[in-house]
Amino acid sequence: MADRRTWRERPLYQLTIVRYLEFVREPEALFWTFIFPVLLTAGLGIAFRSRPPETAKIGVLQGPVTEAVAGPLEADARLEVRRLDDSAAAQALRTGKIALLVVPVASGVTYRFDDARPEARTARQLTDDVMQRAAGRIDPVRVSEELVRERGSRYIDFLVPGLLAMGLMGNGIWGIGFAIVDQRRKKLLKRLVATPMSRAEYLASFTLSRLGWLILEVLALVGFGVLVFGVPLRGSLLMLGIVSLLAAFTFGGIGLLIAARPRTIEGASGLMNVAMLPMWVFSGVFFSATNFPAAMQPFIQALPLTAAVDALRATMLEGASLAQLAPELGILGAWMVGSFVIALKIFRWQ
Amino acid sequence: MGMTPAIRLQGLRKTYGAVVAVDHLDLEVGAGECFGLLGPNGAGKTTTIEICEGLTAPDSGEVEILGRRWAGDATGLRQRLGISLQETQLAEKITVEETLRLFRSFYQSGHPVEEVIAAVQLGEKRKARVGQLSGGQKQRLAIAIALVGDPELFFLDEPTTGLDPQSRRQLWELIETIRTRQRTVVITTHYMEEAERLCDRVAIVDHGKMIALGTPRALIASLGAQYVVEFGVTEGVSLPEAELAGLTGVVGVRQEGGHWRLQAAELHTVVPSLLALLDRTGVALTELSTHAPTLEDVFVDLTGRHLRDG
Repeated sequence: MADRRTWRERPLYQLTIVRYLEFVREPEALFWTFIFPVLLTAGLGIAFRSRPPETAKIGVLQGPVTEAVAGPLEADARLEVRRLDDSAAAQALRTGKIALLVVPVASGVTYRFDDARPEARTARQLTDDVMQRAAGRIDPVRVSEELVRERGSRYIDFLVPGLLAMGLMGNGIWGIGFAIVDQRRKKLLKRLVATPMSRAEYLASFTLSRLGWLILEVLALVGFGVLVFGVPLRGSLLMLGIVSLLAAFTFGGIGLLIAARPRTIEGASGLMNVAMLPMWVFSGVFFSATNFPAAMQPFIQALPLTAAVDALRATMLEGASLAQLAPELGILGAWMVGSFVIALKIFRWQ
Repeated sequence: MGMTPAIRLQGLRKTYGAVVAVDHLDLEVGAGECFGLLGPNGAGKTTTIEICEGLTAPDSGEVEILGRRWAGDATGLRQRLGISLQETQLAEKITVEETLRLFRSFYQSGHPVEEVIAAVQLGEKRKARVGQLSGGQKQRLAIAIALVGDPELFFLDEPTTGLDPQSRRQLWELIETIRTRQRTVVITTHYMEEAERLCDRVAIVDHGKMIALGTPRALIASLGAQYVVEFGVTEGVSLPEAELAGLTGVVGVRQEGGHWRLQAAELHTVVPSLLALLDRTGVALTELSTHAPTLEDVFVDLTGRHLRDG
């Protein structure tokens, strides 16, 4: 018997549209998908905004020759100098109010500081520079400075693609995982498998239904980053779309896999955290994944979030081509197909 | 259809750990029949029906649905079944119409969604979300999604449990219209009125076993009584059971605490002689009532328990 139904009357379309409607009729889900990533970006963007170089806070110990030592130091804009007596100086140094204490002695000065602290080392160099020049040092090489603050190399530029990838992961895994476990718990799943519905189409519909809002999700975050923080978008929108879509489908597949067995929301929630925690830590959302030891790199590079973060960063910041992204896209594709196939095999339908 | 029975179960058995849910059940349901599985909660009705629906695999025994086995073309078989499960919660944010369109899409042929909505009288609620429906309306929607694929065989598991009397009657009318379309219907219930009103034949099940099978009329007639007389006396007061059984017209006696139940062939001789007996023994009545026997009385007669006791 020929099936004469239109595509709108077919199960894959119907399953997808119903899932989509369920999502858009859930105001909380809209908040977590669209508003939360933007708020997070705004918060981190403000916290790590580019600032003028900070002044070094130092102290000079009160004594007979204080004036001669402190005078030139106070004249330099890069230094913030406090004159302190013995006990106040010790306390300020201990609590980090000053990074370095200059102690005038008979033959010159002593610098008292903790060489394990970067800002103390910077303060030592600055202070010494000013002291030596004031005493008449002539630098043999003439130096001039040219300042470069390039778009694309700031922390916010690094952060936005990372947060986008993290959002795609969270929405894929939470959005799909919870919806499926909820249907299992309410026995709706059992009712569906009592019909001639194709099980593969049921699972595929969850991933497909992400399509509709994926565009908005990506545009909301990337648009915010570009317009508010001037984050560069050097790759084409098409490339951004392709990479985001593949990442969304991959995390959707992982969401299906996680939701394949649990009967309760609590059970699923635990599994989701176990799956996502290593990726939050290792995949380089907030700092480069190369900070981890070389021995861990094969594991880290194989994580889907690492691949998604790297691919999105390369697209946005470097305008990488499809061919250049082949390794990352390959890793994502393997995760997508693998998790979907395994999910379909081990899925608990009742 | 022809001579193939809609359902044929043979030696069906299913256990959950130490609990025997279905115990060597044999059953045949004819095409076009409205068949009831009547029994208390936990009798094995749902397990039996879910085995028929292909949702649960039996430990042993044979299952043939519309002449086919589940091991063959399960999807093809599902195209021909309409199912309403116990305690399914449909998606709350989806409307009546959207829900039906979804379920309609699973079937190659069936009824237009608008027709089904009209048939279950949810026309006014077409655009309402499932979460806004009353219990009776939700249950009618559950029947509607069973109807939408125009199935040959319906399974309705406790379709009216938890509904108010008016919603229940509405649902009965709906099920009766399905019957008149010559479709086979299998209903599980623990409401005897439901089984009596809707079913051509009833199987009474208890502890996974079938303890009686027949038309409601034949089962009731098997009691041999035209009336049931129930009366109460003060708890702890003893009555001579043999004397009660010996009263003219009494065909059966049962006692539950201070509550007695006589099956009577005729009322006009049993009631006066009962009152005389009580008067003679000096026992005061606390209540007295009589009714025509029902399937409930058949169940009490067979098991000594009430259907709703579970």
